[in-house]
This record gives sequence, C-alpha cells and structure tokens, in this order.
Amino acid sequence: MLAQLRRAIVLSLVAIVLFGVGYPLVGTGISQLLFNHQANGSLVKGGSALVGQSWTSPDWFHGRPDADNPLLLNGKPGSSGAANLGPRSETLVRQTRKLIAYWHSQGVDPTTDLVTTSASGYDPDITPADAVAEIPMVSRATGLSSARLRQLIRTQTQGPEFGFLGPSYINVLQLNQALKALESRLR
Amino acid sequence: MGHFLITCLVLVVVLGLAWRFLGEYLVAVYSGRAKWFAFAELPIYRVLGVSDGEEQSWQRYSVSLIIFSGVSILATYLILRLQPGLPFNPQHLAAVSPALSWNTAVSFVTNTNWQNYAGETTMSYFSQMVALQVQQFISAAVGIAVAIALIRGFARHGEQTIGNFWVDTVRGSLYVLLPIAFLAGLIFVAQGAVQTLSGPALVRDSLNGVTQLIPLGPVGFMEAIKQLGTNGGGFYNTNSAVPFENPTALTDFLSIALVLAIPVALTYTFGKMVGSVRQGIALLAAMVVIFGIWTSFTAFAEAQPNPAVAAAGLTHQPTGNMEGKEVRFGSLNSALFGVASTQTSTGSADSAYDSFNPMGGFGLLTGMMLGEVTPGGAGSGLYTILLDAIVAVFIGGLMIGRTPEYLGKKIQATEVKLASLGVLIMPITVLVLAGIATALPVGRAGAFNSGPHGFTEILYALTSQGNNNGSAFGGLNGNTVFYNVVGGIDMLIGRFGIMLPVLALAGALAAKQVVPASAGTFRTDNQMFVVLLLGVIVIVGGLTFFPAVSLGPLVEQLSHGRFF
Repeated sequence: MLAQLRRAIVLSLVAIVLFGVGYPLVGTGISQLLFNHQANGSLVKGGSALVGQSWTSPDWFHGRPDADNPLLLNGKPGSSGAANLGPRSETLVRQTRKLIAYWHSQGVDPTTDLVTTSASGYDPDITPADAVAEIPMVSRATGLSSARLRQLIRTQTQGPEFGFLGPSYINVLQLNQALKALESRLR
Repeated sequence: MGHFLITCLVLVVVLGLAWRFLGEYLVAVYSGRAKWFAFAELPIYRVLGVSDGEEQSWQRYSVSLIIFSGVSILATYLILRLQPGLPFNPQHLAAVSPALSWNTAVSFVTNTNWQNYAGETTMSYFSQMVALQVQQFISAAVGIAVAIALIRGFARHGEQTIGNFWVDTVRGSLYVLLPIAFLAGLIFVAQGAVQTLSGPALVRDSLNGVTQLIPLGPVGFMEAIKQLGTNGGGFYNTNSAVPFENPTALTDFLSIALVLAIPVALTYTFGKMVGSVRQGIALLAAMVVIFGIWTSFTAFAEAQPNPAVAAAGLTHQPTGNMEGKEVRFGSLNSALFGVASTQTSTGSADSAYDSFNPMGGFGLLTGMMLGEVTPGGAGSGLYTILLDAIVAVFIGGLMIGRTPEYLGKKIQATEVKLASLGVLIMPITVLVLAGIATALPVGRAGAFNSGPHGFTEILYALTSQGNNNGSAFGGLNGNTVFYNVVGGIDMLIGRFGIMLPVLALAGALAAKQVVPASAGTFRTDNQMFVVLLLGVIVIVGGLTFFPAVSLGPLVEQLSHGRFF
C-alpha cells in the first residue's frame, strides 16, 4: 500500500516534468523557431487573421453577426463564446428577425451566415455567397461597381483545402484590407 | 455533399492505416518488444522501484490504479487552488474556487474533460500545462492500460497476474501518446494554432477602429494530446471552434482522425493479442455500423434549416443549420466532428452543440448513451465493448442452451455478473442523477434554454459526465456548487465503476483454462455475433434511455411551429 503510494507520488512528479513542462516547452521552442508567425497568433496589420472583428460601417464587408466583440478592451481579454440558443428558442427567432431587418435596411438580402452567430464568437470568415450578398451595401457606400467587388471576392476566396476539406471561405479582415487597397489604387 | 463523402472516404482510409499499423505498434509496446525509448523508460522504473518483469494480480493492479488516480486528483486540485502563487500566469488570474477545482480535477483525471469554466479567463498557462495537460496524457494511458489488462485476461490461461499497472501506464504515455502528440502538435501550430508563453496581444484596426486584446497561450500542443487521448478539454472556452485551437479544415480533419485513431487501432491490438485478428474485426464491424448510421443521421439533421431562423423569415438555408457553427467547417463537417467526439469519450467541439437541430442534438446525446463503445475512448471503448460482448455471448448461450464461451474462456456466473455490473452502472448513475437535477430547483436553475431544450441541457450534462465524455450543451450554467459536486460524483462512478469490474473480470479470466472449441461453440467472429452485439449495445443504451430522450430532443423535434 505505502509502496504504491510512493510510486504514485513519484510517477506524478515524473509526469509533470515530462508532459507538463518538457513537452509544452520544447514544443513552444520549436514552434517559435519554425512557425513564429502562427505560434504568436497570426498577427497582421490591424489584428489577427484568425480572430474576427465587428464591422459596422457599410463601407466594409461585415463578418458573422457575433453579438458583441468578446475581445473588446476592458482591461482583460474576454472569453470566446457561442450564443447557445436552441433550435426552437423564441429568443433566437426574435434576434434573427432583427438581423434580417437590419440587412434589409442596408439593401442586402441576407444569407444564412449573415443572420446566424458562430461557435467561437469571433469567426473570422464568411462564405463567398455571403460576401456577394453584401455587394449592394458596399457598392452603394464606396461607389465601386458590383462587377469590381465581385472580382475582388473571387480573388479573396480560399478553399476548400485540398479541393474537398470544408467549404470555400473568405477572411473578412483580408477582404477589407484588399478593398482598402483597391480604393486607394483607384483614387 | 460530394466533398463530404470524399472527406469520409479519406477518413476511412486513414483510420484503416491506423488500425493496421498503430494496432500492431500497440502490440509491440504492451508486450514489451518496443524498446527505442528505453533510455527514458528504464530510469523511470528505477525511481519508481519497479523491477524487471514485476507482475500484478488484478487486486494489486486495481489498488495501484486507485491510489495513483487519487494522488492525481489531489495534485490537480492543489495546483488550481494555488494558481495565483505559481508561475506562467501573465493575466494574474485568481485561484479557482474549491467546488470548481474539485470538478475540474476529477474531470481531467477521469479522462472526461468536462469544463465548467472558460479556459482563457480562468486557467493560467501553468494550470493548463502542469495540471490539465499532464492528466490528458496520464488519464489516456491509464485507460489504455486497463484495456490491455483485460485483453491479457483473455490471452492468458491459468495465471494469477494481468500485467503491471506502472509499466503499462509509463509505456503507453511514453511510446504511444508522446511521439504522436508531438508530431500532431507541430501540424496544429504550422496551421495557425498558437503556442507561446507570452500574455495577450493588443491589436488596433485603423479601418474599423476596433481594439482587441487577444488571449494567446501554449495551445497547439495541448490540442494534439486533447484529441489523441480522447480528452476533449480545450484551452479556450469554445474549444475547437476557436481558430487558435483549430485553425483550418485540415486541423479539423486531423482532430477527427486523432480522436478515432487509438480506439480503432485497439481492436486490431485485441485481435492480435488473443490470437485471432478476426475477433477484433467483429468488434470493429459493430463500431463501424453504429458510427456510420449516426454520422449519416446527424449530418442529415444538420443539413436541414434551423427552425428558429426559418421562423424568423429566412427559410432558404442551403448550407444547413449554421447557428453556432464556424464558416470554415460548415454544417456537415461539424456534424461529423460532433459524432466522432461523442462516440469516443472526447467531447471536444468545433461548433455549439446546444444550437444543433433537435435531431442533430439527439444524434450526439444518444451516441454517448450507447456507452461510448463505437469506438469509444482510448482504452475505455475497447474494455466497455468487451463487456457488451460478454453479455451478447451470454444471451447467445441462453438461446442455444449451452454454457457460453468467449475466446475459449467459459463465461460463468462471476463473469456475467461483473459484465452486467459494468454495463448497467452508467445508465443507473446517469438517470438517477438527471432525475435529481431535474427535481431540484438548483438543478433546473442551470438550464439556459426554456422548454424541452432546457431539459436536454441537464440530461446531456449528466450523460456526458457519467460517460466520461465532457461534451456539453454549452448553455447550461454548470459552475454552481450543485453541478460541480454532482458532476464530480457522476464522473468518478462512470470511470471507476466500470474499470474495477473490468479488472476483476480480467483477473477471473486470466485464471481460467482454455476450453477447446468444438462444433457446438458459438462463434464470435462472424456476422451473427456482430448482429447480436449490436442488439445488446442498442438495447442497453436505446431502451434504457428512451423515456428520458423522448422528453428532450424527441418532443422538441415534434413541436412543429412551437417556440419556447
């Protein structure tokens, strides 16, 4: 009994050294060396390519309507989080109605992703179809023709990975940065 | 749809390779043939005081396991409580509350990884690495060790021992989990998972005026062992939905493959060690049938429109139910991920299961209720389906009026009692606790959604913890003293209430002599046996839980036009 207790304590310590310290620290070292950009959050100018932001002005393409930006600065980072509303939730019906009305007020006939919230709370992507649906809003606000915006969306479309994994998607931050570049080129 | 079928086909190929080669490798590891890590392994035995070839009876094996798990729970609990005084806490997070520390410690030691907290705002990097990630290795290794001990029970005859707990645990974590997790961790990081010890990054976007403080951490390598060890406990609150945990469709696929690899491979290991690969294939066939049906069913359900979104005016939802899902995964891959994570004992999530359509949620919930044997958790899947197999053999024996045998061992009163105990303890625990939670105001207060969905949240939570899964309908507010304490009890019974009968069974079987097969022997490597086994799995899981499920997702599905 006591011998087993001693073994249990010793093995716990060994495990802490190997799997709690050695494994993650060696991993961090190699990651920082080989994949520095990714390991530090894929930070680009204006944010992270992997963290969605809230876009409210019609000058820009909007991402998923994740209720509020969970990472807005209040001294501490907030946590990721889904709305968790069930498929027969009255609240979800009400909120979706509001979102549909909002999009109509912007001249947009919304697609599914534009009226549903994501699981992480900061989905960085939309589908090409979502972006195309937003063209009337962005075109009116920026004065760019829908043909030009369509072209922009095509160049920004990524995936499916290896031709079959997951849907096609567009990174909203990169799309808007490309939009900004297009605007300054035309001016 | 076509893409999804290709994804499934590629998954089958990848798992086929894992079955054959990882399965063979596991045989080499647990028979002691693999020696390439001896330079690290032998010194560990020296400090443990384990001598070469030391074997344990099932009683001694169990005592070692219980004491080790007790020490692990205590160590994890203490680290969480002492968090503010420990290093690697760039956000200066406070100590975790006693009730939550208890629940979390039990959760990670039992391979459950139920999380009543948001990782990025509760756990320091030290707690994530040294308290939680360590248990993700150890609990998986312990699970596999118990499965191997049971296999030895079948493979040995006339012996009093079933292996050595310390050796099995060390070998599993060193030879199997560590190298595979390390390689997978590199892939996760290369794809975009973060892996750093620096604190949150402050970013400003001049285009929209948004300021963000982005939580970072040592995530990518935790992600690898989280999936490979069928643990499921993520660094961030919404788990594999967060791009820093699961950045691309490739890592999503890798996650699914990692989750299924060891449980599937163990059926090969089993067949090889008992001397007939066909015996393992029979178990695998039952697993594949149920997994295939549940995947099709759940993916079909999620390809349907979300009823609430439709009622709000958007009836055309060509990409399916996207509420609570990430664009880069889509509804079909999210459904596959959900099935893989609930039918193993993983519980990781790349989408909000709470927002699945009623029948999608039904698919996930019932996947756990079947006892997580298709293919089940690392080790736990194999030893639990072997209990089902013994019950199946017993029923088959009753039908033809012969003393049942399984793999040459006579299945007698002791074995049937132990197997029945192991099979029934989970449904009893889950249903009793779910009943208590629903009856008490403190239990009902946890539900976030109203109507039948709220009941499903409670049932799902206790089913998940009782099966050591850790998957959640995330709306439930589980961080209360009631749910923390009850959940901890649920997880302990779900883990050790099955492991101990399994080890006793291993001991009883190892002591038996082999009965030569005769013309009257009921075969356990053909279709008839697979059908019988499927019957046991579905009847034990399905019928036991049917009344409860009918009050949750079934009522919700049938409430056309009603919203709560």
